[in-house]
Amino acid sequence: MGILEVSGVNKRFGGLQALGDVNLSVAEGSCHAIIGPNGAGKSTLLNCLVGKLIPDSGTVTFDGQSVLGKKPFEINQMGISRVFQTPEIFGDLTVLENTLIPCFAKRDGVFRMHAIESIAHEADLLAQAEGMLEELGMIDKRNMHAASLSRGDKRRLEMAMSLVQNPRLLLLDEPTAGMARADTNNTIDLLKQIKEMRNITMAIIEHDMHVVFSLSDRITVLAQGTPLVEDLPENIKGNPKVREAYLGEAQV
Amino acid sequence: MLGLNKADLRLFLIVIAMLVFAPILLNPFPDTSGMAQFNAGYPDLMQKLVIFGIFAIGFNILFGLTGYLSFGHAAFLGIGSYTGVWMMKLLTMNVIPALIASVVVAGAVSLLIGYVSLRRSGIYFSILTLAFAQMFYSLAYSVLTPITGGESGLSLSTDDPRIFGVQATDGGNIPVPTVFGLDMSHAVTLDFGAWSFTISTGYYFAAIIMALAFYLAVRIFRSPFGLMLRAVKSNQNRMNYTGLNPRPYTLAAFVISGMYAGLAGGLMVAMDPLAGAERMLWTASGEVVLMTILGGAGTLIGPILGAGLIKYLESIVSTINDSVVHGWFAPLPDWLENTLVTVLHPFIGKGWHLTLGLVFVLVVCFLPGGIVEGGKKLGNLFRRKRSNGDAPTPGTGSTTAEQPGE
Ligand SMILES: Nc1ncnc2c1ncn2[C@@H]1O[C@H](COP(=O)(O)OP(=O)(O)O)[C@@H](O)[C@H]1O
Ligand SMILES: [Mg+2]
Repeated sequence: MGILEVSGVNKRFGGLQALGDVNLSVAEGSCHAIIGPNGAGKSTLLNCLVGKLIPDSGTVTFDGQSVLGKKPFEINQMGISRVFQTPEIFGDLTVLENTLIPCFAKRDGVFRMHAIESIAHEADLLAQAEGMLEELGMIDKRNMHAASLSRGDKRRLEMAMSLVQNPRLLLLDEPTAGMARADTNNTIDLLKQIKEMRNITMAIIEHDMHVVFSLSDRITVLAQGTPLVEDLPENIKGNPKVREAYLGEAQV
Repeated sequence: MLGLNKADLRLFLIVIAMLVFAPILLNPFPDTSGMAQFNAGYPDLMQKLVIFGIFAIGFNILFGLTGYLSFGHAAFLGIGSYTGVWMMKLLTMNVIPALIASVVVAGAVSLLIGYVSLRRSGIYFSILTLAFAQMFYSLAYSVLTPITGGESGLSLSTDDPRIFGVQATDGGNIPVPTVFGLDMSHAVTLDFGAWSFTISTGYYFAAIIMALAFYLAVRIFRSPFGLMLRAVKSNQNRMNYTGLNPRPYTLAAFVISGMYAGLAGGLMVAMDPLAGAERMLWTASGEVVLMTILGGAGTLIGPILGAGLIKYLESIVSTINDSVVHGWFAPLPDWLENTLVTVLHPFIGKGWHLTLGLVFVLVVCFLPGGIVEGGKKLGNLFRRKRSNGDAPTPGTGSTTAEQPGE
């Protein structure tokens, strides 16, 4: 039994079957990649996991608890953290403030009226946030406005915001989409670093196969909304079915 | 000290000093001089400046921090006023219970309106708040007339029960609002040669309340709650996926700003126990938006400056008429004098709104951060000039880490 269990999930958009009978099990401590060509339904699947979409049928459980019908912030409070395809940060706030907010969310829950206390007196959380920035090499930029960061640093900051909550499952949606090769390699290094340091459970959604082979312990190939195969990375590479799904695409 | 950092403490002390010395600072011209009409140091106007300052400080907690633009906050001001008068009718002329009730009732109503309006954001939110406020305005003239006094407004009378006070004074008059035995309208005039300064209970009472209101706003700005409000403005989607529910945060900000408005409304009737529905008209709601933007939305001191500037213009420019301007330009040749008066005519007296509009357009176009940004730019210019002149001294680079919302 994995920490995340998806079974029999279907999702239709009008006449389009975006997800058809998807089954997936992510084992605790592993890095599970979900790959597939554009339009395969990867983002749709991820949106069903984080509460943005509700599947037409099927179940999604996290640690034995159903996530269906829960709000995104409730799902985050269960221990699932999501990194977006294009970095989503608090652009008007400083890097440190960006990192502090998830700390408050983790400690105080979805809402707490702490209107008189001073942030400056939250020594524990400040240390936690600064430690995280230190770990990801961003401590020098703590007082910068997040909007003024480079794209790579925004990704790094978003990662810090997720990791500082110590999530039990980290979901990444195409973390290298639209990146140049150098940035892609940086991101891969960052993810490897995170994986080694924290032994965190990750589900990574990717289009680029190069990225997943260097990271994942297990791969599910999605095509037209249905899982094609699920196997170890080395077995996926040579699989003729995968070749077919990616037909005409150069990566394989 | 007081749980504030150095910069905030300095700002707070500046505000207190401004409040304490306002009767002198705002009366710089001798009574007999022609400039005396620009003096603003009389109790009526100073009370207005302070009360609208409180209104704007509260509005800024909602608009400046969360970005939610309410067009209906005058409703809470009006509700605060009506509640205040009712407390003085039913209970006592002591203004403290009146103010507490004003805040509580305005808070309760804003909880209701906020709960519904915050289901939407952006322009739809603004329209909803506007609709609610106009509804209250219309109701005040129609079905709610028994509570609001309709067109004639709500005022005190010698028939009021006033359980903990007298119905009428010994002379048969309506009693006046007091605070712990002191008459609100009590004033002393101090003469210094050609200058005279008026010290009044009402103004200083309002000033103390404003100092407290400002202090509370600073604390809110620097609190985790304040940080969450800025997060709402910056990226609600991110907030959701960070495990935070933006809705209660925004609602809390809405209610707090509604309570500030109620406090301002209560203070108005503490100074002059008469409440009318025109206080809730949409133009009054728009005015507090102008004040906040003019001063600098999201800054601590901006709303106070914006409120001060607008109420000053309203009171002073509207009293200048053509004959006053003729007086100024009398030494000039007649043709020039007449031309100047003709040019100025649309901007003065009843035309003061045109002046306000022009000031607003200029500020929004050239200083989107309001008066506060203007002040900062001036400060920087000044500093640069000085450091160009002097030899650069290490350590005086004054790179004070910029505080959010300073
Ligand atoms: N909200 C939506 N409404 C309608 N169709 C959608 C919606 N979201 C995704 N789709 C469609 O579902 C299919 C799968 O999309 P998506 O999950 O984004 O694919 P991927 O992320 O694998 O590239 C696509 O054909 C897409 O056009
Ligand atoms: Mg996608």
